[in-house]
Amino acid sequence: MQQLLLYPLLFQLFLSIFLMFFWKKIDAQKIISIVGGFIAVFLSGVLFYTVWNSGIQTVQAASWEAPYGITFVADTLSATLVLLTSIAGLAVSFFSSASVIPARLRFGYFPIYHFLLLGLTGAFLTGDIFNLYVWFEIIIISSFVLITLGGEKAQIEGAVKYFTLNILASIIFLTAIAVLYGLAGSLNMADLATIIPQLENRKLVEVAAILFLVGFGIKSAVFPLYFWLPASYHTPPSAVAAIFGGLLTKVGVYALIRVFTLIFLEDVFLDQILIVIAVLTLFSGAIGSLVQKNVRKIFSYLIICHIGFMIAGLGMGTEIAFAGMVFYLIHDIMVKTNLFMVSGLIYRIKGTNNVRFLGDLYDKFPKLSLLMFIPLLSLIGVPPFSGFWPKVSLITASLNEKNYIILGAIIFGSLLTLIIITRLWANVFWKKGKELTKRDHFLYFQKMTKAKKIQFLVPIIMLAGVSLYIGFGAEHMQQLSNRIASELIDNTQYIEAVIPQNN
Amino acid sequence: MEFLLAIITGLLYAAGLYMMLRRSLVKLIIGLIIISNGANLLIFLLGRITKGHPPIIPGDSKIFTEIYADPVPQALILTAIVISFGLQSFAIILIKRAYQVVKTDDLDEMNTIEEDYK
Amino acid sequence: MKTLILRTASNYLLPILLLISIFILLRGHYLPGGGFVGGLIASIAFVLHAFANGLKNTKRLLKFHPGYLMPVGLAVSFLSGVLPVIGFDEPFMTGLWMHDAIPVLGKLGTALFFDIGVYIVVQGVTLTIIFTISESA
Repeated sequence: MQQLLLYPLLFQLFLSIFLMFFWKKIDAQKIISIVGGFIAVFLSGVLFYTVWNSGIQTVQAASWEAPYGITFVADTLSATLVLLTSIAGLAVSFFSSASVIPARLRFGYFPIYHFLLLGLTGAFLTGDIFNLYVWFEIIIISSFVLITLGGEKAQIEGAVKYFTLNILASIIFLTAIAVLYGLAGSLNMADLATIIPQLENRKLVEVAAILFLVGFGIKSAVFPLYFWLPASYHTPPSAVAAIFGGLLTKVGVYALIRVFTLIFLEDVFLDQILIVIAVLTLFSGAIGSLVQKNVRKIFSYLIICHIGFMIAGLGMGTEIAFAGMVFYLIHDIMVKTNLFMVSGLIYRIKGTNNVRFLGDLYDKFPKLSLLMFIPLLSLIGVPPFSGFWPKVSLITASLNEKNYIILGAIIFGSLLTLIIITRLWANVFWKKGKELTKRDHFLYFQKMTKAKKIQFLVPIIMLAGVSLYIGFGAEHMQQLSNRIASELIDNTQYIEAVIPQNN
Repeated sequence: MEFLLAIITGLLYAAGLYMMLRRSLVKLIIGLIIISNGANLLIFLLGRITKGHPPIIPGDSKIFTEIYADPVPQALILTAIVISFGLQSFAIILIKRAYQVVKTDDLDEMNTIEEDYK
Repeated sequence: MKTLILRTASNYLLPILLLISIFILLRGHYLPGGGFVGGLIASIAFVLHAFANGLKNTKRLLKFHPGYLMPVGLAVSFLSGVLPVIGFDEPFMTGLWMHDAIPVLGKLGTALFFDIGVYIVVQGVTLTIIFTISESA
């Protein structure tokens, strides 16, 4: 059982290859994907349990010793994110099997989707910076296919922008790796963590750090590099948007966390840049979201806004700020995935996502509206829902640091989120809606069979349940984030686990 | 040699970025290809250019006795080339598809305002 | 293309190029070569055939869509990587080697099967890409 940490990874790989053998048999693919999703949750749960109880796990791939081979590391942060990936992955598997039309499924939707999950799992587990690049490429190639699948005009237009900026980000990331390798002669992150602080050439180290910041910044959609996100995330099917919104930007944030807590440390200049970026991201995301009319575009801008919270936590760099950041990350993955599924549900009920034409939902579907209310409340952070607790930690951290700009930006971001969501609620659920002309050839939620309705609602209920648990069981989550934060602050544990002889 | 390669790398990055800033989709893809070649060359350059033997130790000795070339940059470049091969072929098919659907290769015209529900 | 020379030559070149590709695949462990290059050479052989005789004839020659090669190759590579995990509790992709050499091929190991998987995948991917582009042109 030594290779426990590879099982979630290998299982996703197995699943996507296995699904490719059923290329044309959509029904079989649906079943395999959902059953596989359950197994993946189980495997990553076991991994999380092991890491929680017996510390950081490592595997040296192909038995090559640490600084020379590729190491896979599962510390508490990685294990948590792998677990969350598999939970979100299971929910979206369910949701895709109900909501994505067969014409799209026939072109290998599920295999590619599991390749995406494979890339995400790999990116969270790897301990090698070049291997991280490879996982990123797997993620973006699969996401390109998912975002263009179907080939509608809006989709293609969104995809071109998404594609260009993401490739540019990868190339910048590659450039950063080149500079780093030239400086340190190593690619293992734990090894780099010991080499980089001793280097003489600080200027070049800073260049490498900024290149990483730009590369990951594009991927995690921070100010001023976020323009691809609102241009593309509203175009693909809502199931795809759900997994993108929930996890793709977060993997960029994860990479930022990993690089800036492990390799580039104690750099005042960088911390200040991060704080400025965080503040501007919070502002621009929130204000951008105010003017949007499309539900999914509103959520897209909110993704950007809330990335700001995490970057702020990273920039402040204290243990309590890290705890808030990690807690926010956990909460955000669940909520954003759920929100895009909610937008898909609204689309299925009404046939549009435009706020101007929506309305009446609370009147016609009171129970469903209450269900959709849970992720919205969690997003705002009304106590005791899940968004509240990390903000407490972040605000405490900014007060401790006497960093009032961050404090103001966090409060501003939360307040605008509140305004946006209340307005959304009033417009979509309470307002008296117009009678819309029924579309032909469009499967409305009301006309679905009971089984399909359940299939539609199960993932939303599931993730709402997880969000509720994160909110009401905040004690456990706080404990978890504190532990992760202490691991991030003190990177010797990580280095020690990867290269044991290093004392 | 290093000096020359450094200049070429800089030229490739500049040319690639310039092409990416053009409005035509085809030029965009050419820019992407050029800039990723620049990145590959940069890895090669920063991995130290050494004239040496392949890093294989003869069976009867324990350590390297002669100068050897670092294999890691080459492995990295090979991986990056293979990845960009996939990405570029996807990109070409994507722009072809985009041209068929949108009927233009001008990026500025790829901003159709979403049709409202009627 | 309607050149007689190319068409005649491509019929003979196809098996020769395929043989070379397998040779490159097999020498790949210690010498330059390997699955990726071998796969590219093999797919170039088919592309050359398609240039000379038309896409339809090449497809008839292949008998199945090259896309099917992708999952097969991936499965071969995956199994060779996962074998040490399942069978021997070694890390993923650890090389396992047979003790005795086999004539012609030499010592067999999981690395060879990984390379064979790559060889198949590369052929599948390249041929699918090129066939798709030239079909829709």
